[in-house]
Amino acid sequence: MAARIHGGAGAGAATALSTFNPKKLVAPSRTNLPAARSSKRCIVAAAGSDASKSLRVGHSQKLIANAAVATKAETSATTGTGHELLLFEALQEGLEEEMDRDPHVCVMGEDVGHYGGSYKVTKGLADKFGDLRVLDTPICENAFTGMGIGAAMTGLRPVIEGMNMGFLLLAFNQISNNCGMLHYTSGGQFTIPVVIRGPGGVGRQLGAEHSQRLESYFQSIPGIQMVACSTPYNAKGLMKAAIRSENPVILFEHVLLYNLKEKIPDEEYICNLEEAEMVRPGEHITILTYSRMRYHVMQAAKTLVNKGYDPEVIDIRSLKPFDLYTIGNSVKKTHRVLIVEECMRTGGIGASLTAAINENFHDYLDAPVMCLSSQDVPTPYAGTLEEWTVVQPAQIVTAVEQLCQ
Amino acid sequence: MSLSRLSSRSNLIPRPLSAAISRLISTDTTPITIETSLPFTAHLCDPPSRSVESSTQELLTFFRTMALMRRMEIAADSLYKAKLIRGFCHLYDGQEAVAIGMEAAITRKDAIITAYRDHCIFLGRGGSLYEVFAELMGRRDGCSRGKGGSMHFYKKDASFYGGHGIVGAQVPLGCGIAFAQKYDKEEAVTFAMYGDGAANQGQLFEALNISALWDLPSILVCENNHYGMGTAEWRAAKSPSYYKRGDYVPGLKVDGMDAFAVKQACKFAKEHALKNGPIILEMDTYRYHGHSMSDPGSTYRTRDEISGVRQERDPIERIKKLVLSHDIATEKELKDMEKEIRKEVDDAIAKAKDCPMPEPSELFTNVYVKGFGTESFGPDRKEVKAALP
Repeated sequence: MAARIHGGAGAGAATALSTFNPKKLVAPSRTNLPAARSSKRCIVAAAGSDASKSLRVGHSQKLIANAAVATKAETSATTGTGHELLLFEALQEGLEEEMDRDPHVCVMGEDVGHYGGSYKVTKGLADKFGDLRVLDTPICENAFTGMGIGAAMTGLRPVIEGMNMGFLLLAFNQISNNCGMLHYTSGGQFTIPVVIRGPGGVGRQLGAEHSQRLESYFQSIPGIQMVACSTPYNAKGLMKAAIRSENPVILFEHVLLYNLKEKIPDEEYICNLEEAEMVRPGEHITILTYSRMRYHVMQAAKTLVNKGYDPEVIDIRSLKPFDLYTIGNSVKKTHRVLIVEECMRTGGIGASLTAAINENFHDYLDAPVMCLSSQDVPTPYAGTLEEWTVVQPAQIVTAVEQLCQ
Repeated sequence: MSLSRLSSRSNLIPRPLSAAISRLISTDTTPITIETSLPFTAHLCDPPSRSVESSTQELLTFFRTMALMRRMEIAADSLYKAKLIRGFCHLYDGQEAVAIGMEAAITRKDAIITAYRDHCIFLGRGGSLYEVFAELMGRRDGCSRGKGGSMHFYKKDASFYGGHGIVGAQVPLGCGIAFAQKYDKEEAVTFAMYGDGAANQGQLFEALNISALWDLPSILVCENNHYGMGTAEWRAAKSPSYYKRGDYVPGLKVDGMDAFAVKQACKFAKEHALKNGPIILEMDTYRYHGHSMSDPGSTYRTRDEISGVRQERDPIERIKKLVLSHDIATEKELKDMEKEIRKEVDDAIAKAKDCPMPEPSELFTNVYVKGFGTESFGPDRKEVKAALP
């Protein structure tokens, strides 16, 4: 079963993710996550080309000790400043800043207003901006998603929240046909600057219908962009970028990541929607991941480093389109690719990414692309079974060892 | 359009008015009051009066535009049979009064959104014949650059939001547009049109609930032509009183073949929506063609029914009778007008036939918006990213 990965130092070290609450997770192996990470070192680097640096305001390239998996935006001028917050607070901060900046931004969803949001992402916004800008909708995903899209056709910028991503299946027609296609079928007359966001992914025994990963269903829709956030830093940055984008963007959050704590810069910054994030540079193998699996990968990376491997970990972040530039550069360096995702095996993001890498970088590969995904089953309720539907760090270690033979 | 003076005629018929009226009809705005054919039936509101204010100019404009719409649809029929128009083509002939009456009651700031039977509404909103035919034939100069087709006509500057293929999906969009109008305090309304078939969609009731809750200036217009493709309304809906379906939302049933009744109802609805929130209008109308060009239209209804409606309720005939009885133009003048319209339509078709197809690169344009958007391409990214504001 899942191996227990013990870190050296005690838990609770003053690192970014030290307040990661193990009780929020199911699998026992994860309780050691804080300890496992406290002695990790991570190099923060701008991914890919220099052009991208200009888009990461305040992002530095220096070696930051004790920074776990998050990429940090600490320039030499601002080291030491910045404020610590949880991921849902980072999302809220991004949303609030954009609502302050542009009066056309509004939020609609179930219980986002007076209740404050079921995951507290919109807490306090209704008091500040009023009922016309933070709208509590009745339970009708199809209609309120359609209304958000209709409002966007006229120039408003709604942020539509699905209480759980799975509920957005009811609005699939609106998202696919209207949101994705109206810009094209109207010959460019209408733009749809909506952001559709919500938590998805396998949680803690939430049952099959509330543990869905919709990125695989939406990925074929032409005209939309999809991003997945994984740290408070990129959550805020991606939220802001998504709101400012003229294209419809679907922002995938994860139910279990809302309480991640990190220090983020005080000054304003935005993350590029189409760029992948270099989490840990390496030489031996490229591990591509996103959302919650990033943490499983980093945990596995700790073991791998101890065993003498040097994995390069990239959080792809942009699920549509793929950042083939960053990924390509990495493949050209390491020649081995492992994809670790929470999506289903059949038709998931990993499947598309495998195809894309094989098509474009076949000559650079020394081994077939391996993809670790969730099992093709509805997520069961029982804790042990649920643990086995998703990829565990031990499986990642085994896969790397297999690929690097 | 210029009408010749027929002074001899005005001497023959001893009508004091006709002698005084100059025959320069194009600038004549002499007011006329017209009675609608039927009284309105109301649900949870007081129906408007049957007397509609109009003018001689408006009567002639109605006639001309409806004849233009009719001619355009019939021409589209021939083009489809000649395989110049492909795919789906849903024709509006018989229902012109709804488009015309609505336009007469509102401004271009008010928004209209409809389903796939949108050619005439697009024309009413200011679209040109050339754009219509070019789009139907998939040419470059079509209103959606040839990429939308019959079901995707849009005109942003005239607040016409299309043009939607999926039945019923346009109604939440319409309520969203109404929401934006309220948000921006525009004092405008949105007419979200749908058919009797779409009236059974759940998302309509969802959107209606939200519109009523939030007091949105949305007007839901059910164009009841009594057939949802091949299914008669009594076979699809338990309650065929679509204007009552809103339950807590007021409704009005209107004779949709009478352009003046439509005009009165839309005027009433606009005033209502700006003050009190949503209202439903049911337009009792009829389509002569089948559901689309692939449907002969005679397997589920009798030819007698179709010709009966054409004889008794045809909207253009109605206006023609009014024009003649008010002595605004003669039979010959109207025939000349129709000939002129026919020529106009033929010219537009000829011009559209000459228009080239879209460039192959158009396949990839307008998928995303440039700027923070992206282009679909491979690993060698040479595009310079935009600087963030």
